[in-house]
Amino acid sequence: MKNNERKQGRGKKVFKEKEGNPGLQGETEKELDHKGAGIIEDQKRAEMICTWMDGTGPEADIVINSRMQLARNIKGIPFPCLATEEQREKVFSLLEKIFKEQQERFSAYSLINLSGLSPIKRQVLTEKQLISLLMVREPEYSALLLSPDEVMGILVNEEDHLLLQALLPGLQLEKAWEAVSCHDDYLEEVIDYAFCEELGYLTACPTKVGTGLRASALLHLPALVITGQINRILSAVGQVGLAVEGIYGEGSQMTGRLFQISNQVTLGQTEEEIWRNLYGVINKLINQERAAREQLLNAGREKLADRAGRAYGILKHARLLGFQEAMQLISDVRLGVEMGMVDNIPLKTLNELLVLIRSGCLQNLKEKTLSHYERDLERSVQIQKCLP
Amino acid sequence: MICQKCAKGNANVHLTKIVNGEKTEYFLCEVCARAQGDFELSFDEEFPLHQFFSDILEIIPPGGTEKLPREASEGLQCTSCGLTYAQFMQIGRLGCDSCYRIFSPGLHSLIRRLHGNQKHIGKVPARAGSSLKLKKEVERMRSEMQKKIYEEDFEGAAKLRDEIRQLEDQVFTGGEGLEE
Repeated sequence: MKNNERKQGRGKKVFKEKEGNPGLQGETEKELDHKGAGIIEDQKRAEMICTWMDGTGPEADIVINSRMQLARNIKGIPFPCLATEEQREKVFSLLEKIFKEQQERFSAYSLINLSGLSPIKRQVLTEKQLISLLMVREPEYSALLLSPDEVMGILVNEEDHLLLQALLPGLQLEKAWEAVSCHDDYLEEVIDYAFCEELGYLTACPTKVGTGLRASALLHLPALVITGQINRILSAVGQVGLAVEGIYGEGSQMTGRLFQISNQVTLGQTEEEIWRNLYGVINKLINQERAAREQLLNAGREKLADRAGRAYGILKHARLLGFQEAMQLISDVRLGVEMGMVDNIPLKTLNELLVLIRSGCLQNLKEKTLSHYERDLERSVQIQKCLP
Repeated sequence: MICQKCAKGNANVHLTKIVNGEKTEYFLCEVCARAQGDFELSFDEEFPLHQFFSDILEIIPPGGTEKLPREASEGLQCTSCGLTYAQFMQIGRLGCDSCYRIFSPGLHSLIRRLHGNQKHIGKVPARAGSSLKLKKEVERMRSEMQKKIYEEDFEGAAKLRDEIRQLEDQVFTGGEGLEE
């Protein structure tokens, strides 16, 4: 078994030599039979990719993306969870009207009516981190206004009437804040926000009242997990008023050694204090992770390269891959890439895989509901197509 | 029963999946059930926020005589959206902006516990910001006018009164204009 895996690990080199060869996906002979289907699939795959996955930005070897969310409500209309259908509709058409009127600002943006999408398409949007689970479940009169590069999104009728969101690759909290704040200013020119002098912006959930700001970043911390330091460090993070969650936010599982760090306190601090505080803690985490990587390197460079190579071998040759397993293997390969031991796999590809292998995306590619078994099968097919 | 997947562990997890009306049943051991990773995006895994609230709410601050947030607003109902305080405690969400005013005794204590703070110092809507400034200016001029009346400087007081009226008109039209 071991021997076999090693051989697979070595397979990587063979592929590397093939790099210049246009027949990169040569192994998928079936595709020749379904050339048309293959082209459609390529288009669909491209639709599932957005800017935050491009693997650039500061500290991209640890910080996958930075996100800034600003919650706002319209004065005098009940919050979405208690609003009647007419009131939700009123908010929806008001925003639709504003987006149309502010042509020069929003003309290139697309307005996506979520109730008009299939549940699978909505799930794809969640997996791309563009909308919340709440909007998958309750899409009536909710919408997403999305910038062409999919960096800036305005969610209508989510938990609050409006959620302004910016999502950027790497550690770019300041830029993300500027983006949401400037959109906030545009909207404030024409919308009367629910605001009070003492408590600030009023939100449906009192955990967001005040600034309404949730800043977060998604970090890959494999060395801290492998060296067993992660629990100690994360509990320290919790003590300074920050929350640690899995990749899909509130309540989601920790998987693939990915951790989403976000602020909890929204009142009594300025927006800049909130994200600068988060920035400071993230920088500490980055330093700790770098130190742990150094530690692993000193314990044996080949051990790390072996881990990445084995993971690559399994990803490249397995036929059935469960989600958790795939995430774990991608993390192993990613660590190899981030430490410069694997040089033929771009971070971009690994970021894209984080989303492509999720059940919504897989089912969207195949345009049908897939059983658990079919998903595991399709997941491995997609991984093999994407990895060089 | 033995786990269907690894055929080794004890199948103490019974997983029933219904996808498009198609029912599949699994009997798995805990390890395989977890490894299956089928729980990604499962809808019932959200953080039970109401429970979080009630946990926070039940903590009596050391040495404090302050009422628990649950008791402080007990029995209140929002006149604007109809949400009761008891409902809020259950769903963890407020119904509208007026809830903040109506539930204020308990809610403010809850907010203080959540954020360790109860005064917003961040961004202010530009327009509301200018009307806030005007309001503060009017307040200042009023007290100055009272002073002038007390000093029997009626001419100065009348001048101030006219200026206040003018400012109040601005606040008023500013506020109303926004509704459109």
